[in-house]
Amino acid sequence: MNYLRRKLLFYLIAVWAAITINFLIPRLMPGSPVDALLGRLQQAGGAVSAEARASLEVMLGHGGQGGLWEQYVGYLGNLLRGDFGISSTYFPTEVSTILGAALPWTLVLVGLCTCLSFALGVTLGMVVGWRRGSRLDHLVPIATFLAAVPYFWLALVLVFLFGSTLRLLPLTGGYEYGTTVGFNWAFIGSALYHALLPAITIVLSSVGGWLLGMRNMMVSTMGEDYVLTAEAKGLRPRRIMITYAARNAVIPSIAGFAISLGFVVSGSIVTEVVFSYPGIGFTLLQAVQNNDYPLMQAVFLVITLTVLGANLLVDLLYAVIDPRTRQAG
Amino acid sequence: MAGVEKRRTASSVDTAAVPVPRGPGRARRPRGGGLLRDVKLRTGLGIVGCFALIGLVGPFLVTDVGAIGNAVLRPPSAEHWLGTTQTGQDVFGQLVTATRGSLIVGLVVGLLATVLSVLVGVVGGYLGGRVDEGLSLVSNVVLVIPSLPLVILITNYLDGAGILTIALIISITSWAASARVLRAQTLSVRTRDYVAAARAMGERTWRVVFVEILPNLLPVIASQFVFAIIFAILTEAGLSFLGLGGIDYLTWGTMLYFAQNAQALTVGAWWWFVPPGLSIALVGVGLSLINFSFDELINPRLRAPGVPRRPRTRRRQA
Repeated sequence: MNYLRRKLLFYLIAVWAAITINFLIPRLMPGSPVDALLGRLQQAGGAVSAEARASLEVMLGHGGQGGLWEQYVGYLGNLLRGDFGISSTYFPTEVSTILGAALPWTLVLVGLCTCLSFALGVTLGMVVGWRRGSRLDHLVPIATFLAAVPYFWLALVLVFLFGSTLRLLPLTGGYEYGTTVGFNWAFIGSALYHALLPAITIVLSSVGGWLLGMRNMMVSTMGEDYVLTAEAKGLRPRRIMITYAARNAVIPSIAGFAISLGFVVSGSIVTEVVFSYPGIGFTLLQAVQNNDYPLMQAVFLVITLTVLGANLLVDLLYAVIDPRTRQAG
Repeated sequence: MAGVEKRRTASSVDTAAVPVPRGPGRARRPRGGGLLRDVKLRTGLGIVGCFALIGLVGPFLVTDVGAIGNAVLRPPSAEHWLGTTQTGQDVFGQLVTATRGSLIVGLVVGLLATVLSVLVGVVGGYLGGRVDEGLSLVSNVVLVIPSLPLVILITNYLDGAGILTIALIISITSWAASARVLRAQTLSVRTRDYVAAARAMGERTWRVVFVEILPNLLPVIASQFVFAIIFAILTEAGLSFLGLGGIDYLTWGTMLYFAQNAQALTVGAWWWFVPPGLSIALVGVGLSLINFSFDELINPRLRAPGVPRRPRTRRRQA
């Protein structure tokens, strides 16, 4: 239980750090984002209420009222109430509404793709490591290349091949415009169809890393004495590979899984932009292009909190898989 | 943007579990020339060297890349080796100029991030106690906060930063993973007898850290340095692709941004967007190959893939 308590404490600190960074960045930057934003809001044709202005000042600073500490307390209060301010891009929609609509798209796409690519990469890595010196070694340079390719460039190439040239798959968007969003077959079908290219992109560009990591660990583990013992006992090779070697070799990959999650999310953000996929990454780009600071800050916070949550889950899982971590605490 | 982080973590954990060789590369392998016999290292150095040369002298050899011409969106020809852009600019010339920009970012970030990670990881690992706990906490927190969104946030507020500022921001968000690896390695080195001897001789702390311990960590530091370069080039490409890159230099990411904005995909101008991405991937492969040979230096079991230690394959087929 000590392990659990330490992990929870760590993630609390990490959440606090993320929130504080989010609070400090607009206040450390030159210029006044609030004034710039209010100017744009007025241009957009909306009269900005005093309330909305106060909310923006609390979120972004430069309000002039109160010291840094008071601003900080007000900011935390707003976050607790789920008040992220008003977006200037989608005026007068509240930021939290926009986030609520965008988040599921990213969570499902990235979540499924990450699990898929992890499973695929680790399995392939296991086999390639086990049969070291065979023809399967040719997978290693391919994996190296795939791991070095930027996600969004692969997305561009796939769009070019399947969309523009072969006209097989849809290029942009998350679903057909005729369908209604919800639990009906027409929508789910078209959502899956639209998710195909982004999914292939994410899986292809992240599978190489898992494969290489797992292969190297597999090669290291195969030199261990317990693998030799298992062979001496005359166990079947398949059993040695999976139950003895791979089971121990996969542990660092699982530890790496947590951290690399943030990286897959980063990669998918840019991928979403290529496909105009209606997720969090595309929302972030909209916010950036329109200098929509409240939306931008909220997106950063949501991405970070999601990644932290996933990390916590993996850490807990890790304790189940590798009992040594629990004892070490 | 794929895979750097996860390869870094997956292989970093396994390097952390493996004892450091006594001296950098002294163990079973002759230094210098012997190392260069490694095919992977030679290929990697070759690729990276080519790009470095292009980045160094290339921009002096091409004509003004901003020059607008009448030949618009032409496919590759003898006159324009990689075709032209929507405004008739020479893609090959842009690619050569962009090589310099991307490599500068990679190099600057590599250096800064490595220095930061050595300071945090090695010093923390050596001193132990409260200092170590504090520094590990900081690096673990930085590690779990996704870096690209943070970099996007900061650069957008800066509104048109130079390439060096962007390199600085990327470094601040990317040192943590190496710091963790270096800390683990330092923990294993600091218990060696010769370190105890140096301390007993009354050597100052900074001398023990930088003169006694650091040289033993060099293979690991070099490998982290190479990772940092790959990571930086990929991050900068993503950032520029979103239109947030440095305003003073052309990079591969900026080229992709312009290509995407000019609908290069829909008009089928593959010669515009394929070369920059391919360059990123090639440099990435080159640097990874260099890193593989570092890995094999640290962990000799990974070496000699052609000769399995035991005739496992044959036995399984029997």
